[in-house]
Amino acid sequence: MDEPLLLRNGTMKRVMNIHPGTVGKVLLGMLPFILTIIVYLWASGVRLEANPNDKLMPSLTTIGAAIERLAFEPSKRTGDYELWSDTTASLQRLTLGVLIAALIGLLIGILNGAIPLVRANLSPYITILSLIPPMAILPILFIVFGLGELSKVMLIVIGITPFIMRDLQARTLELPAEQLIKAQTLGASTWQVMVRVIIPQILPRLIQAVRLSLGPAWLFLIAAEAIAAEQGLGYRIFLVRRYLSMDVILPYVVWITVLAFLADWLLRQISYRAFPWFHSQLQDKS
Amino acid sequence: MSFIEVNDIWKTYGDNVVLERVKTNVHAGEFITIVGASGCGKTTFLKMLLGTEYPTRGKILLNGKPIPQEPSEDRGIVFQKYSVFPHLTALQNLVLTIELEQSRWLAHLFGSAYRLADEQAREMLAMVGLQHAANQYPHELSGGMQQRLAIAQALMKQPKVLLLDEPFGALDPGIRADMHELILKIWNQTKINVFMITHDLKEGFYLGTRLWVIDKIRHDAQAPNAYGATITYDIPVGQCDNSTLNEIDQSLEHSRKEHAA
Ligand SMILES: Nc1ncnc2c1ncn2[C@@H]1O[C@H](COP(=O)(O)OP(=O)(O)O)[C@@H](O)[C@H]1O
Ligand SMILES: [Mg+2]
Repeated sequence: MDEPLLLRNGTMKRVMNIHPGTVGKVLLGMLPFILTIIVYLWASGVRLEANPNDKLMPSLTTIGAAIERLAFEPSKRTGDYELWSDTTASLQRLTLGVLIAALIGLLIGILNGAIPLVRANLSPYITILSLIPPMAILPILFIVFGLGELSKVMLIVIGITPFIMRDLQARTLELPAEQLIKAQTLGASTWQVMVRVIIPQILPRLIQAVRLSLGPAWLFLIAAEAIAAEQGLGYRIFLVRRYLSMDVILPYVVWITVLAFLADWLLRQISYRAFPWFHSQLQDKS
Repeated sequence: MSFIEVNDIWKTYGDNVVLERVKTNVHAGEFITIVGASGCGKTTFLKMLLGTEYPTRGKILLNGKPIPQEPSEDRGIVFQKYSVFPHLTALQNLVLTIELEQSRWLAHLFGSAYRLADEQAREMLAMVGLQHAANQYPHELSGGMQQRLAIAQALMKQPKVLLLDEPFGALDPGIRADMHELILKIWNQTKINVFMITHDLKEGFYLGTRLWVIDKIRHDAQAPNAYGATITYDIPVGQCDNSTLNEIDQSLEHSRKEHAA
């Protein structure tokens, strides 16, 4: 703790006014993780002592061996290093799906937000479309696009595009009318207002929307992989579920979480670097 | 022929009569300051000059032709806030005006064309005293500096008319004095037509060549929206003594009270 906990008269500060220092923040942040691991190890130890063949909570050595086998030894069946081939397959689907969704969302969101004629045309349609539960049409996707990559990517696209689209429409409508009028008094055409005033200001908001969509995107990816795939992180988890292989499932879940965290972190860094004006604006507001 | 003719315009929103029977002529180069109680229709009038609102009845002519019903380059505007682009630096905010003119599809200039635009923009920055802030974003500028930038941006297009809607309303008094100096300097150099709304009567008298007071003549206590406001005082500034100023002050005070009641 960097700040004194006691006020000058010797009484303690209100808890809500005590801020942890930098080191304290890291330690406090780590604590729940460490506790979780300790609790797991204790429970796993108790179970394994009662039944050495217990598969539900494997020991760290068992998990370590599984990781070694999946990550560093070629699979006997395919010759791939399974963890990596699963990761590449999943990340490719995820990236492609999110990119396509971001592009469509940006385009339609901005058109809807900026052009009243388009909004009148599309807005009700999109509102209704976005109410369709994407998982309910997964069978249709498999029927139409086959069991290959396309249907998995399409599920992600269909799953997250409506949110991005509607979010960016709202963000576009939030831009102060003064700015759009000012641009017109400077001689800007509709097209020029789009490329110089609206799109540059919506891009950091697109990154925000994509960050929020990543959770659902992973959900749709894993669901699609669970149902039909030859590789992928979700495929593997659901495959080994039949053998109760918790030693594989657990590290895979942790790995997916790490990937999700990294993707979010990366997007945030890009946004800070590319749009410094946007983030200082946000700070003004808070 | 007058530069701007306002031919008996009315503006209503539903049952709410905001402006009625506004008739006036404006000559090129006049600096008109507009005062009036809040909600009396000053901004509405300015918007009709700007082209984002239209008279319900009557016509406004600019150079003898109906004023275009959308914003265009011949009428610059500075609002109280949000007048500059937050994602562009001060310099880029000005260069943009040239890029919009010269690059229809990309709206970006490169090479020598860019350098020329950059030079022009820096000249304008210097004119409003922002040469040192060229690479700063608007959020890094003070309120006064942002308004300087907004004015500079509007002037880049050399408009015939400059519309200012309480441009200094949010600034500290000391900074406001600097801004007055700037706006008078600009007006003296360009002889541009200025319409400036202010809530500060003294400011109106100090700055303009002509002062308008917008107020209601007729009142109906049962239906406060039944009658609109119009120009009740139209006086050349400089030929006006303290007693007129007091008289206007009192009439404004009166309608303020009436508004509150
Ligand atoms: N778009 C609009 N729709 C309905 N009423 C409006 C609109 N704009 C302004 N008004 C009304 O017109 C009147 C004058 O508004 P405004 O011109 O902004 O006043 P001022 O700028 O003098 O304070 C107010 O009563 C306001 O409620
Ligand atoms: Mg107003």
